[in-house]
Amino acid sequence: MCLATPAEVVEVEGMQATVDVHGTRREVNVAFLDDVQVGDYVLLHAGFAIRKWTAEDVAAYEEIMKDL
Amino acid sequence: MKSTQEHLQKIREYASGLDRSLTFMEVCGTHTMAAFRTGLRSLLPSNVNLVSGPGCPVCVTVDQYIDEAMALAAKPDVIVATFGDMVRVPGTGGSLQQARSQGADVRVVYSPSDALDLARKCPDRDVVFLGVGFETTAPAVAWTVKCAAEENIDNYSVLGAHKRVLPAMQALVQDGEVNLDGFMCPGHVSVIIGSQAYEPLARQQGMPCVVTGFEAFDMAEGLGMLLQQVREGRTEAENQYTRAVTPEGNPAAKSMLDEVFRHDDVAWRGLGTIPDSGLSIRDEYARCDARRRWPDLDLPERREEQGCRCGEVLRGLRSPDACPLFGKACTPSNPVGPCMVSTEGTCAAHYHYGGAQDAVSVQSASASQAERGSAG
Repeated sequence: MCLATPAEVVEVEGMQATVDVHGTRREVNVAFLDDVQVGDYVLLHAGFAIRKWTAEDVAAYEEIMKDL
Repeated sequence: MKSTQEHLQKIREYASGLDRSLTFMEVCGTHTMAAFRTGLRSLLPSNVNLVSGPGCPVCVTVDQYIDEAMALAAKPDVIVATFGDMVRVPGTGGSLQQARSQGADVRVVYSPSDALDLARKCPDRDVVFLGVGFETTAPAVAWTVKCAAEENIDNYSVLGAHKRVLPAMQALVQDGEVNLDGFMCPGHVSVIIGSQAYEPLARQQGMPCVVTGFEAFDMAEGLGMLLQQVREGRTEAENQYTRAVTPEGNPAAKSMLDEVFRHDDVAWRGLGTIPDSGLSIRDEYARCDARRRWPDLDLPERREEQGCRCGEVLRGLRSPDACPLFGKACTPSNPVGPCMVSTEGTCAAHYHYGGAQDAVSVQSASASQAERGSAG
């Protein structure tokens, strides 16, 4: 139940954003994050973005996925 | 950056120098599934045991909650909205899935905000969202409660069973029934509460804690960090999952939790009532509290569970395959207990991926306990 998925922000309008999750567009709530911009990566849980990833976070994630 | 293989090698090196077995508990259903799915369990040395704790929110929810949800679903003007995991959990009078087949309006939603939207779209019906989950989920539910109050959406309410992970971990250590050498702390709960939340558990209760992510790499590194703490005699709250978790967590989500919920003593399946472990809706938002809206629900008389050992499984005391019902009377298609229902339940994980490994680990955990008892 505590699954969370990384997603790229493609559009922001107030507290709502559209994100791309592995090619699928989804509307999410970004009320718990400051200053979400198009191009940011966020971690999603139950329709809410709960963490914004820095460029270093994204790089670390990509490195880990390569290791798999 | 080291590879998964290098982390596993480090675990093997540390383990070979041990004079006893070590038992670590993962307190997140997603870790439980990932440990099986990635094959990590089968790669661990025989003296390093990973047991599952009370980390699946559906599994630790008591029967009475399902009975309350069933009583609400029986009301013709009520729509029950829930995450998918809850619909198959059997209560005293059956499951929500069975209620739906008999005409109850039970809808599975992806997000609590979908349930709030449903209330906006159906002003003549009462929408009750089943608020089950730890601190990862509870802020989203809190947001819908606050939003409903601000917008005067008076046909939306929450039947709350939100819980805080840390008090349960502290209660397990204090209880001493299962002897642990450290916790693999839940990664996504920690995104909200922050890695420093585990400081009291580490410093005051002497329990190594490592917040850990969910890939094989993360879990191998996290276990290596736990072993290193034991080897060096440290008991600290460390963070392996730095790409998602900060020491302080998510301040906006934490403040939303504080605004809508207060800490409360609540019952956990298998663990009893744990002080301050629940999140109950504050008086200011009473209108959104389904229990206060329907204070006199007609609940069935509770029956004793016959043979189900979910309670002991949730405390890390019993491996699922040591339950007399496992794989026989209790299967994913016909679950008796919630640990078999939830996709993150320990019993479901054992059923799908095979559980011989963990049967060994629980026995070794007892051996480890005995060794430490004699060592003082």
